[in-house]
Amino acid sequence: MSGRESAIIVSKVYKDFKLPHQRSNSIKSVFTGMFDFKKDRSVEIQHALKDINFDIKKGEFFGIVGRNGSGKSTLLKILAGIYQPTRGEVSVGGKLVPFIELGVGFNAELTGRENVYLNGAMLGFSEANINDIYDEIVEFAELERFMDQKLKNYSSGMQVRLAFSMAIRAEADILLVDEVLAVGDASFQRKCFEYFKELKQKKKTVVFVTHDMNSVREYCDRAILINKSKIVAQGSADEIASKYTRMFFDEGYEATDAKEYSRWGDGTVKYTDLSVSVSEEKINLKLTAKAYDAMESPNFGFTIKNSAGQGILGTNTNIKKQRLDQLTKGQEVQLHWTFPNILGDGEYYIEPAIVWQDGRVADWWERAKSIKIQKEEHTPHAASPSIELTLKQVK
Amino acid sequence: MKNIIARYRYSLLLLKQLVKTDFKLRYQGSTLGYLWSLLRPLALFAILYLVFAKVFRIGDAVPHFPVYLLTGIVIWNYFTEVTTGSVGAIVGKGDLLRKINFPKYVIILAGSFSALINLILNSIIIAIFIVINDVDIRITVVLLPLLIIELFAFSLAIAFFLSAAFVRFRDINYIWEVIMQAAFYATPILYPLALVFSQSALAAKIIMLNPIAQIIQDVRYVLITPETQTISDVFGFAWARLIPIGIVLLLILISAWYFKSRSKYFAEEV
Repeated sequence: MSGRESAIIVSKVYKDFKLPHQRSNSIKSVFTGMFDFKKDRSVEIQHALKDINFDIKKGEFFGIVGRNGSGKSTLLKILAGIYQPTRGEVSVGGKLVPFIELGVGFNAELTGRENVYLNGAMLGFSEANINDIYDEIVEFAELERFMDQKLKNYSSGMQVRLAFSMAIRAEADILLVDEVLAVGDASFQRKCFEYFKELKQKKKTVVFVTHDMNSVREYCDRAILINKSKIVAQGSADEIASKYTRMFFDEGYEATDAKEYSRWGDGTVKYTDLSVSVSEEKINLKLTAKAYDAMESPNFGFTIKNSAGQGILGTNTNIKKQRLDQLTKGQEVQLHWTFPNILGDGEYYIEPAIVWQDGRVADWWERAKSIKIQKEEHTPHAASPSIELTLKQVK
Repeated sequence: MKNIIARYRYSLLLLKQLVKTDFKLRYQGSTLGYLWSLLRPLALFAILYLVFAKVFRIGDAVPHFPVYLLTGIVIWNYFTEVTTGSVGAIVGKGDLLRKINFPKYVIILAGSFSALINLILNSIIIAIFIVINDVDIRITVVLLPLLIIELFAFSLAIAFFLSAAFVRFRDINYIWEVIMQAAFYATPILYPLALVFSQSALAAKIIMLNPIAQIIQDVRYVLITPETQTISDVFGFAWARLIPIGIVLLLILISAWYFKSRSKYFAEEV
């Protein structure tokens, strides 16, 4: 091991997965394929990680950030020794927790008590070790009355509590923490974060995988950013968090066509074009609608919904008291909506609509476009308008 | 050195818990529970005894034929339990393999030990049969543990190979099923080996190359009656005894190597 200082050294690690194109499932293909070793089975190689190099110092809280599918979970599995790197080397100095998820080995048919011993063995505890800390585990999980019930009768929250209560007892020099740890209800999350703080105080080496930039900023000393199987940045937590944010900013700030739109209506008047421009301060929607038949005072409107489908803001020409009386066949209408960008970070959908005065739908265009918002002034709240501040020290 | 101790300590802890879990869950929910592990070989024994001893009178020449037959069935059952159970053992633990890094051989070893517990329970029935049939216990019985060790090692070797191979070749379970069906009749379980030997010495020799056949015959020899034909009798020289030992050792080496080299990739292949 070179250098006492390093807890983990990752050098030139590559990971490829072979994805077989066809799995022989039918009985016939089993027989025809079984002895046919020469047949060139087309295998697609997926490069999950390419040329990964970094090292983690002892006592460091180290973040691995990246989007889903970037390769960060594969990297974590390689660090844990679950996967073998295709090329390259990982050297670990110190005892490493072997698990990356809570409650490994939990068996629904066993009681809570039995599961504590089983999971305990997975974490490296003998029965005698568990006997010593059993009461603490149960107390922390707040499950005193349930330990002799089968795990399948536990709620998912109870299971997570028990699993977490076990996991934090694992004695190791290096911990691998996946963001899945921070799930559960608010009080449980608080416990998780208290645990993180404790780890930080104890100067444990922690590898933390997440895409929550708030916790990166809060806990991590250093971090790497992984995108498309490669490390694209390495540096202080703040640096990496803003790079990650910027990554979305660059490619995500313009609107994209949403993948799963649905559209209905009688089609008397329909939108033919929609363009969106988003800046830090303003959002502009430009819409063109065409009348395919005559329509009496159409009501044009839009809603912006968040990724959960809740309406965040919106309006229509009725509310604005700007009505067009009559559209004749072939006429085109242009609408230009402008409003301050008060949206918080996240993904939003634009939903324009045209309805008759009696409520019948002419054109309803659900999820017409999606926009990703990533503000430079980062707040964790749903609305994030630009807020003016006057700060003065008075005596 | 410290690392090695820690590593084996971990394996041992896991092994203990996995065997315990298996023991607890095996007959969970069934009314008769663990009695089933005794009733199953007994039922097979009853059927075979009725058909082959009473109808075909196959065991007339063999002293204490009921004990003789039951011993064969119990040993065969152990072998079946370990090997058939091992085929899907690694794949069945796929969920675990993807979440935690632990020595994979523990899974297979745990299966072997669970079956061993069963074997010990079944031995109680054999003991009862021995008493009922008035079998003379001779000093040779002290050799029994050696034969059990051989049985354990041979079954384990096959189990390692099958479990690792099944991860890549999912036809193994069907193939093994067929092999076991054929092997049941190619092993002197329900017929005395002497019957085959009197017809064809070569056939008897081939049969005895199978370590399970050798073990069954030897157990019968040391436990029940010295009239049992052992591998030395069949081949006609005492050194023939080394053949199965050689086969078992070779198989252990090959399958341990195969399992070890494949086990690194279990997590991504299951």
